[in-house]
Amino acid sequence: MPNGSDPVHDFTTQEYKYGFVTEIDADTIPKGLNEDIIRLISQKKNEPEFMLEWRLKAFRHWRTMTEPRWSNVHYPPIDYQDLHYYSAPKSQTNGPKSLDEVDPELRRTFDKLGIPLEEQKLLAGVAVDAVFDSVSVATTFKEKLSELGIIFCSFSEAVQNHPDLVKKYLGTVVPYTDNFFAALNSAVFSDGSFCYVPKGVRCPMELSTYFRINAAKTGQFERTLLIADEGAYVSYLEGCTAPMRDENQLHAAVVELIALEDAQIKYSTVQNWYPGDKDGKGGIFNFVTKRGACRGARSKISWTQVETGSAITWKYPSCLLLGDDSIGEFYSVALTNNFQQADTGTKMIHVGKNTRSTIVSKGISAGRGQNSYRGLVEIHKEAANARNYTQCDSMLIGEKCGAHTFPFIDVRNTSSQVEHEASTSKIGEDQIFYCQQRGLKAEDAVSMIVNGFCKEVFRELPMEFAVEAQRLLEVSLEGSVG
Amino acid sequence: MLIIRNLHAEAEGKKILQGIDLEVKPGEVHAIMGPNGSGKSTLAQVVAGHDTYDITTGEVLYEGKDLLELSPEERAWEGIFMAFQYPVEIPGVRNTYFLKSALNAIRKARGESELDAMDFLDLAKDKMRLLNMEESLMERAVNEGFSGGEKKRNEILQMAVLDPKLAILDETDSGLDIDALKIVANGVNALRGPNRAIVVVTHYQRLLNYIVPDFVHVLVGGRIVKSGGRELALELEKQGYAGIEKAAAESRL
Ligand SMILES: Nc1ncnc2c1ncn2[C@@H]1O[C@H](COP(=O)(O)OP(=O)(O)O)[C@@H](O)[C@H]1O
Ligand SMILES: [Mg+2]
Repeated sequence: MPNGSDPVHDFTTQEYKYGFVTEIDADTIPKGLNEDIIRLISQKKNEPEFMLEWRLKAFRHWRTMTEPRWSNVHYPPIDYQDLHYYSAPKSQTNGPKSLDEVDPELRRTFDKLGIPLEEQKLLAGVAVDAVFDSVSVATTFKEKLSELGIIFCSFSEAVQNHPDLVKKYLGTVVPYTDNFFAALNSAVFSDGSFCYVPKGVRCPMELSTYFRINAAKTGQFERTLLIADEGAYVSYLEGCTAPMRDENQLHAAVVELIALEDAQIKYSTVQNWYPGDKDGKGGIFNFVTKRGACRGARSKISWTQVETGSAITWKYPSCLLLGDDSIGEFYSVALTNNFQQADTGTKMIHVGKNTRSTIVSKGISAGRGQNSYRGLVEIHKEAANARNYTQCDSMLIGEKCGAHTFPFIDVRNTSSQVEHEASTSKIGEDQIFYCQQRGLKAEDAVSMIVNGFCKEVFRELPMEFAVEAQRLLEVSLEGSVG
Repeated sequence: MLIIRNLHAEAEGKKILQGIDLEVKPGEVHAIMGPNGSGKSTLAQVVAGHDTYDITTGEVLYEGKDLLELSPEERAWEGIFMAFQYPVEIPGVRNTYFLKSALNAIRKARGESELDAMDFLDLAKDKMRLLNMEESLMERAVNEGFSGGEKKRNEILQMAVLDPKLAILDETDSGLDIDALKIVANGVNALRGPNRAIVVVTHYQRLLNYIVPDFVHVLVGGRIVKSGGRELALELEKQGYAGIEKAAAESRL
């Protein structure tokens, strides 16, 4: 090309903009993992006996398990004894009573992240629970929500103030025996978010959690438990960032959603953990178990995710469709650039009659990124008239990346219908040239084409998040073209 | 405005353009005609800056500047527009959004203020009336599911909105019925003016009944074998390309 560069080349000279480290005095326990460490975590959190018991059972089970290797990602062995399992900003040990008490350094960090902790942001209608390393820092709008009977707080607080709810629902969707990382999380998780929306209540604002990994050599194991009681509705947003570090950091979260009769949960994630540098050094290992159970009739759970960060993503937000006429949805955009790897998808397990599920997956690979869609649609014998529609589209940018799809379909009755559509396209030189001829820079052309490709997913996101997601894709793709 | 001298271009080792000389002055309309595969689209794409073509010899000057030094978008900012023979589809990107982004990218590059959504819509609607275009086309994804005729009209709409100094239309007439052809021709004629130049690539003389050219060039085998006025097109229609090709081959001996 006349200006000496190739439009489909060079995908990342862009620096990760959330990569700052916050200087904060932290209360960090020694490295390593054993029963004493687990007791220490539980004790630091002043947990009731049932929690400690549950953690220990999970740990004993975890020790019998081996790390899964079936996914289409490759990474060096993780030394689980070389990690800190708990790190809390020291000034937070006693918990802030109000926003004014939050450590100013922390506040600045969250400001940099653009998190609406400030009261003025109340207008934006977003209630935020921010998890910094292991501890939940401040939860805004709590009062307003509690007037409606909605509980929205850190997991630790829920354990203290609502132990019955925790005991009733914890581990009922993702038991600690579920998989290696879920077992590890159950043993050592340090905080997370908890939400309960009572019968018939429609949560009037988007609830939101921001996760941030700050400390070095720290694993982040948060746990989210969200319950929508009969006829309730809630929309929940989750965002994540981390500083740039040369070593890999482990993030093994568990999210459990429970929707009772006629309840609806909409769960949106914009994941922008640090993906590592352009040579593949550093970055977050994001090994997450997310699952929702539609327990009641006509309940609905909808997952929307935009995954742009992480060195490795291994995650399958799933729906267990137990109630008759219940609905599961999964809308996903996963972008891998440079040396990023993503193995993501969903599982839709149809048990109830007339259950319906929709899967829309958009995978974008650039640089040397590898992107796999792995999906399971399982229709049980008793799930008469179940329906699934799956659309799985991949887009390749450049020559060195890859897209893979692994759809598994298992239908055990004859009245059900499963539809699967898949496509792979390359961002054409022709598309880019067309845009350039009209005056757009190659880079803007790529981001426009990619955004168009993701449109069906973006439109499922709440407004502010859709804008954020679009910007994130732009940043993640910067430098991908000359 | 545009001066092409001894231009040779190839793609994948195949020699396509083999010594093109052409000068286009402001206010002129040129028609380039020739059989399939003679290199008409290649010439248009080389002027627009497509990077699959290697320029082995020759030069292209635009308003005195070396055009080959500029990226495609820089050429667009300088006022060059090409209507594609095969307009490209961009799924999920709304036509209005695309065109507004393009217009504002050009305005920004020229140091002009960007148009807001309202002003842009007024402008676009104005031009759509001129082209008899359905407004619903603007809300659809760029060229996706457009009929052949709709795609061509969309190209002309983009041209009308972007208001170029040099417009190259690559077979914009193909696939149009006579009514659509008249509409497109009207759109092009509306752009004619003393400061603008238009190059029409076609292999039918039909279009030239509506867009009357000042010059006609016949391109065969990567060379302009004959140039003349309007009457050359009519002559071509009568004797076909074969006669011209033969004459050209003889002249090369
Ligand atoms: N990108 C390309 N790579 C290889 N050959 C090409 C390419 N573009 C055009 N050609 C070849 O060059 C010749 C001229 O093509 P083109 O310019 O499209 O002709 P026209 O527009 O006059 O029909 C044809 O033989 C065509 O196959
Ligand atoms: Mg052609």
